[in-house]
Amino acid sequence: MSTQSVASATGPGVDPGRRRFLTLATTGVGAVGAGFVAWPFLASLKPSERAKALGAPVIQDISLLEAGQKLNVAWRGKPVWIVKRTPEMLATLTKVKGELADPENEQPQQPDYIKGDARAIKPEILVMIGSCTHLGCSPTFRPDHPAPEIAADWQGGFYCPCHGSKFDLSGRVYKNVPAPINLKVPPYRFANDTTIVIGEDPVAA
Amino acid sequence: MAIVPNPHKTTGFLGWIDDRFPLTKLWKDHLSEYYAPKNFNFWYYFGSLALLVMVNQLITGIWLAMHYKPDAKLAFDSVEYIMRDVPWGAILRYMHSTGASAFFLVVYLHMFRGLIYGSHKKPRELIWIFGCLIYLVLMAEGFAGYVLPWGQMSYWGANVIFNLFGTIPVIGPDLVIWIQGDYIPSDATLSRLFSLHVVFLPFALVGLVVAHLIALHEVGSNNPDGVEIKKFKDPVTHVPLDGIGFHPYYTVKDIVGVTVFLIFFVAVICFAPDGGGYLLEKPNFQEANPLVTPEHIAPAWYFGAYYAMLRATPSMFSSALPGVIVMFGAVLMLFFLPWLDKNPIKSIRYKGMLTKVATMVFAADFVMLNYLGLQPPTGLGTALSQIGTIYYFAFFFGLTVFHKFEKSKPVPERVTS
Repeated sequence: MSTQSVASATGPGVDPGRRRFLTLATTGVGAVGAGFVAWPFLASLKPSERAKALGAPVIQDISLLEAGQKLNVAWRGKPVWIVKRTPEMLATLTKVKGELADPENEQPQQPDYIKGDARAIKPEILVMIGSCTHLGCSPTFRPDHPAPEIAADWQGGFYCPCHGSKFDLSGRVYKNVPAPINLKVPPYRFANDTTIVIGEDPVAA
Repeated sequence: MAIVPNPHKTTGFLGWIDDRFPLTKLWKDHLSEYYAPKNFNFWYYFGSLALLVMVNQLITGIWLAMHYKPDAKLAFDSVEYIMRDVPWGAILRYMHSTGASAFFLVVYLHMFRGLIYGSHKKPRELIWIFGCLIYLVLMAEGFAGYVLPWGQMSYWGANVIFNLFGTIPVIGPDLVIWIQGDYIPSDATLSRLFSLHVVFLPFALVGLVVAHLIALHEVGSNNPDGVEIKKFKDPVTHVPLDGIGFHPYYTVKDIVGVTVFLIFFVAVICFAPDGGGYLLEKPNFQEANPLVTPEHIAPAWYFGAYYAMLRATPSMFSSALPGVIVMFGAVLMLFFLPWLDKNPIKSIRYKGMLTKVATMVFAADFVMLNYLGLQPPTGLGTALSQIGTIYYFAFFFGLTVFHKFEKSKPVPERVTS
């Protein structure tokens, strides 16, 4: 058997240019075909229609929520916290400002109707996605202070047990922690004084 | 190269087979006439032990898959069913879970052996690269298997790992959704990890192990003296003077290693199957709950070092990406070792004091990082992790120059002892 490859074989009646063109054209068409075949395999990994349908808004009654308490609600499978903050808690928000990475909410981590230190529609009611902006753990609610195991001058806030990120009682991130940005505030509105709809913007007044 | 059928000219039934399939040739090339250096020591047990543990994982895995249900609603209960109701099910699961830890333990020792005796150096770079790929697949396999019981640690561990991809600029968040097949780790995620864990990754693992061994047998094994035994061959038989047939000499030696290993392995399975929370984590005895993160979340012990590096790296430019880069970079560094290590001498026996000390400190550093990665984050722990991370990388770059600042010993022509 010849050790010469078929593609480079020469002889009477062989046109190497034509053979090279046909080889390249076949390879090219084959590559395009492989690309098309790959599509269903890659696309099938996307969320299914059923998974997409589970993103509906959640309605929550907060009439029984006491000051200082936190309530967990599931929205799109993620924990959403509703915290009724006490006046003392709200007072800490301005105190810790100097230690925060983004005290003025410059990163788009909240709908545009959420502003200020309270990061809430009603200052005492905090609504927030309880998922750390570092790698998605759910931080723990640590309103207790002092808490020297977290920080020497801890004023109360949220502490992520996974990697030690710290947030104030409005979910604003402290400087020099693994989490890069503030916790996210979901779109929400008050249907009445004690009912929150999570996942919908307020109706324009 | 032309294939010569039955080069060893066997006859009878064996000859009938050898005319059609190279049975005798394979046996001789890879076992009875694969000549390995005669001076293998303790460190050379871990390659064959890794193979043993892999077989254990494959067999126990096949059996576990007969009882396990890859469904977010059923997975946790099916694992408890294996533990309580399936005859001998607990033993099968403990063999598999302990095997996973044993796999990483022997692989880490196997890699350390390569590092100290220069087994990554020319002409064995590809053996090392295949080994690194095996390690990568093993990490993916370990991660996927860790998620399958769908306990709290499974769920939140998966959440952290998937969110690593979310730190990639622009495409990150969509990539996470694509990988998970949902907006959070869910049934879709569990099912695809099951598929990868039992089909794709084991295939890739076995394929890479075969490539690792083919490359090894092509160039021959290194040894604790780091000298090439092929330089001195018997003029008549062409057998290396310092070589002995892998079978029976090293098969017998490895059986001793296997025996000792199995004593410890079985002891763990029987007396400490959860390894004090390190082999089977306590939060994983609770079913996955997407709304509550466990108080202290830690990775499996064999990922501790990388986790420590991830935690030790602060965020920059409002992004957690630097930590992720450091973490993956630490694994990628291993691939470059054959080219970063510029010392002309292979074995640590003949290298100078600087390399010896730096290498031992590197090993201690890796153990320390592993430990810190499993502890809750503290100020001191983070500072130590940062020092440890810097040393980890500095060591690799140091290997390019250490030999210029130290006095090496003369390397013998032939193996010693």
